[in-house]
Amino acid sequence: MSSVLVILEIKDRQISRLSWEAMAAGHALGEGRGLPVDIALVASRDNPILQTIQGKAPRNVYAIDHTLLHDYTADGYTTACAQLIEHIKPTYVVFPHTYQVRDFAPKLATRFNQVLISDVTGIETHAGAAPESPVPSTFIRQLLQGKLNAAYQHTGTGVCFLSIQAGAFRADEPEAGTTTVEPFLPKLEASEIRVQPGEPFRASAQTVDLGSAAILVSVGRGIKEEANLPIVQELATALGAELAASRPICDAGWLPMERQVGSSGQTVAPKVYLAIGISGAIQHLVGMKSSQCIVAINRDENAPIFEVADYGIVGDLFEVVPALTAAVRKVRA
Amino acid sequence: MKIIVAIKQVPERDARIRIDSTGKWIDLNDVEFAMNESDAYALEEALQLKEAHGGEVIVLSAGPERVGKTIREALAKGADRAIHIQSSDETELAAYDALGVARLLAAAVKDENADLILTGLQSDDLGLGQTGVILAELLSLPHATLILKIEKTDTGLKLLRELEDGWFQHLELPLPAVLTIQSGNTKLRYATLMGIKKAKTKEVSVVSVADLAAKSEHLKPVVVLEAVKLPHKQRTTQILGGTPAEAAAALVEKLQFEVRAI
Repeated sequence: MSSVLVILEIKDRQISRLSWEAMAAGHALGEGRGLPVDIALVASRDNPILQTIQGKAPRNVYAIDHTLLHDYTADGYTTACAQLIEHIKPTYVVFPHTYQVRDFAPKLATRFNQVLISDVTGIETHAGAAPESPVPSTFIRQLLQGKLNAAYQHTGTGVCFLSIQAGAFRADEPEAGTTTVEPFLPKLEASEIRVQPGEPFRASAQTVDLGSAAILVSVGRGIKEEANLPIVQELATALGAELAASRPICDAGWLPMERQVGSSGQTVAPKVYLAIGISGAIQHLVGMKSSQCIVAINRDENAPIFEVADYGIVGDLFEVVPALTAAVRKVRA
Repeated sequence: MKIIVAIKQVPERDARIRIDSTGKWIDLNDVEFAMNESDAYALEEALQLKEAHGGEVIVLSAGPERVGKTIREALAKGADRAIHIQSSDETELAAYDALGVARLLAAAVKDENADLILTGLQSDDLGLGQTGVILAELLSLPHATLILKIEKTDTGLKLLRELEDGWFQHLELPLPAVLTIQSGNTKLRYATLMGIKKAKTKEVSVVSVADLAAKSEHLKPVVVLEAVKLPHKQRTTQILGGTPAEAAAALVEKLQFEVRAI
């Protein structure tokens, strides 16, 4: 009874966008092999959230329900998902690549003597692969901060666990179909849950709204020192742009965390995103790659930021940025 | 507290990327190596915990002989001793998947019965982000990921965990436990001259991959790296050349007349 099982994630009382993308990846996998697609999420069977399921219709929706799952814990989610997997015996288990999934999916895979293929950005199905063939797919993921793509294969006959990177698959358009909702009630004991989670909170009120800026000037490691920040600030001022940064700059305390773009910071899509001295690790790219126009200024012509850039200047930012500020001032004067 | 810190030596961030003749990894000739960034933060957290509560910090690292340099760096910063799971060459460990490597790590530390195992959240080379979590499961320990702050309590640890989009969460968990550390919450220390001198006399216990593998089960990989490729472009990039002033002028023209943003 092989199938594809997609495990969705609820965030802010909604099924997250990444979940729809993971579901699209699940359907793509299933269609190539004639496998039905089931989905599962932690919710009671009468939770109205189940009415919001979109995209191509899955065969079954498993509503995983237990009072011990109301707050996320790796222990609770791992045991509940393991029991569901043993119950329906899927060939593939697909997750969105979120912080929560990173926290428990490797543990879940280990229970099955498997390894999660994490952060998948593409799935290549080999032509003519039979549904049950042992190596039907190549899974692409990035190495070395995005400087290299790697092709991985899953071997053996065990269940294959995948997590799908944000933006790698486009969520499917709604399609009519018949779906059955099945409650799944895992057996869990309070004593199995060893971690006590607190309520999520935001550190401080946001005073900068990067999301509403038309132009963002974003700075990365290439700036080298805090004392060099004024040169990008001057460019931002000349352009009427907000200043943003990649994680290392905020980690160093040179700019506040609320100016951070990327998977652990904000996701932005301005009209123009200028990436200055940012190499373009995937954690940064997922936060800005939907920008309408991306400009990269970097001394390394092989920096992954150039893969998503519309315009690029290969050069020393300490020469290019002041020249750019001067050029902007000239046309704005 | 007895704390084990698992650290990885990885190619430096600005290492030149050329694919080697096997097509499965990069050419390591002329590549400089460094301690994986989030592992350096894990080490710093361990050293701070030891300074506050006493105990011992043991560094654990797997890889060929070159890894010894990163181990010495950790010892120079203040770790007390080290376990080096030594591979005979650059390819021996590549034969294992994340679960296989975690099994070797687990076998190497099992008898230490540490109170706490720390590691970085993700390596800068393979970026699997799983080793700590798998290790916890293999050792039947509770774990928490993306940890920014560790506070010892009477019953265990109180932690600050980073979530996505600027959200955070506090967690409590009992010891022993495994934590993966997010970078950036603290300042990394430099090794002192005295530390560097002392590191030379600290114990590094070397155990071969082959010896550990002989004692472990289920090492056959289920996930195999087939090939690496340089990424293909997602957008067509127009590279604006010339002097900095020429490139800047060309860019302003594009932003003005094509993107219509200024």
